Amino acid sequence: MDMKIIEETVFRLLADASTGVPPDVKKALTEAYENADSDMAKMNLKAILENIDIAMGERRPLCQDTGVHIFFVRGNLKLLDSISDFEETIKSALERATKEVPLRPNAVHPITRKNPGNNIGVGLPHINYIPTDDPWLEITVFPKGAGSENMSFMSMLTPSQGLKGIKNFVLDCVIRSGGKPCTPTVVGVGIGGTSDIAMHIAKESLLRPIGDRHPDEQIAELEDELLKAINQLGIGPMGMGGSPTALDVHVEYAYCHTASLPVAVNTQCWTGRRATARISDSGEVKYLDLWRRD
Amino acid sequence: MEYRLRTPLTEEDVRKLNVGDVVYLDGIVYTGRDEVHIHALEGLKEGRTPPVDFNGSVLFHCGPVMQKNERGEWEVVAAGPTTSSRMNSLEPEFIEKFHVRAIIGKGGMSQPTVDAMKEYGAVYLSLTGGAAALAARGLKKVRGVEWFEFGMPEAIWIIEAENFGPLLVGIDAKGNSIYSEVERSVEKKAFEIKREMGID
Repeated sequence: MDMKIIEETVFRLLADASTGVPPDVKKALTEAYENADSDMAKMNLKAILENIDIAMGERRPLCQDTGVHIFFVRGNLKLLDSISDFEETIKSALERATKEVPLRPNAVHPITRKNPGNNIGVGLPHINYIPTDDPWLEITVFPKGAGSENMSFMSMLTPSQGLKGIKNFVLDCVIRSGGKPCTPTVVGVGIGGTSDIAMHIAKESLLRPIGDRHPDEQIAELEDELLKAINQLGIGPMGMGGSPTALDVHVEYAYCHTASLPVAVNTQCWTGRRATARISDSGEVKYLDLWRRD
Repeated sequence: MEYRLRTPLTEEDVRKLNVGDVVYLDGIVYTGRDEVHIHALEGLKEGRTPPVDFNGSVLFHCGPVMQKNERGEWEVVAAGPTTSSRMNSLEPEFIEKFHVRAIIGKGGMSQPTVDAMKEYGAVYLSLTGGAAALAARGLKKVRGVEWFEFGMPEAIWIIEAENFGPLLVGIDAKGNSIYSEVERSVEKKAFEIKREMGID
């Protein structure tokens, strides 16, 4: 696969994800504004909608926190001649986007806090690979801001705490977060797996479009029940009261050890930033709005 | 009530404000977040004053995206508020020592800051989080930058604001906080919701 095409595609995905919101997010925010139940909520949602129009019109970042960069690469990895060339290409597109979009240089050393200025360092950008037999490669850019990421929680519940314990934990996380993750948010919940898997699937669930429901009926019901409960809390946009507090709740699960019940909560701010492109084996690029569930 | 205020702000300017009031600002605002709080307060202990005069100032919890134009001057690309609660542990002392009159941020701040604002005369102004392109419209000119060695987000940016807002008074100088009110009501509501769900 031509690395030139990959570089151009990743650059555009970084620009798209940082300067605009996906259509499902825009629709949900517009509905939230129309149904807002307080002056504070209405004022904040109005600013959010105006901001989206300015950012998209001027190709300017929606938020000054353009995040750290997480990638999901799904498809036939055999289309790539070299994984190390591919990763270097992603880094060079990110370095260019940092200068040209521009993005804020966010990546720093965790202890010295030194900032290299290009969003690149040990472990960042983070690239997840999901190998499939499809005749294409899908690249998703998922910029994650700190406001929402700082409100991440995980707990190793005991199996006896069960579904009640899960619901309690999720609600308590949302209450503790208040308006800090830039509400109205999408709340991602990962149930089961091991500690790291629970957080990983919670994060991955945030890529699903707003309104999407899990194919497992019991999980879909849990998503609805949690969304309803969260929106009755009255935290509201920016934590200033009213509703909505969340645009959606997405739950994913994985089997876990018989003695464990891991639960993780990972939240996405109102921007719902993500962008995906599919590159076919012949090098044709198609920009997709939505994350596809297998 | 709606107010249009010019910096530097006086104690009288901010004492009259009530939670829920709307403010538009003109004049200089300084950005400052984690590193600025840490280093300004550490420096003071060692007898060093910060590179800008915070007396009567507006401190904006913000790490902006800035870009140099073709003339080599910095321009504001995107500049929304960051989560203020990260500065909770340092803000009361910052207000006391540097006489900041207004803080712009998002998400609110904890009780010790509410108390310090009441005691020394300062307010917390909320700007919609994530609305950084919109905020940039009220930030007309970059006058300078200090402590750039901490990186673009953590530096002190000296910015000239014009009709910058709407900013909502989230914490006034009388001990009132919208965020504490919301927290109390959420706690009560959560109790009822959990009981209805049968998970209390």
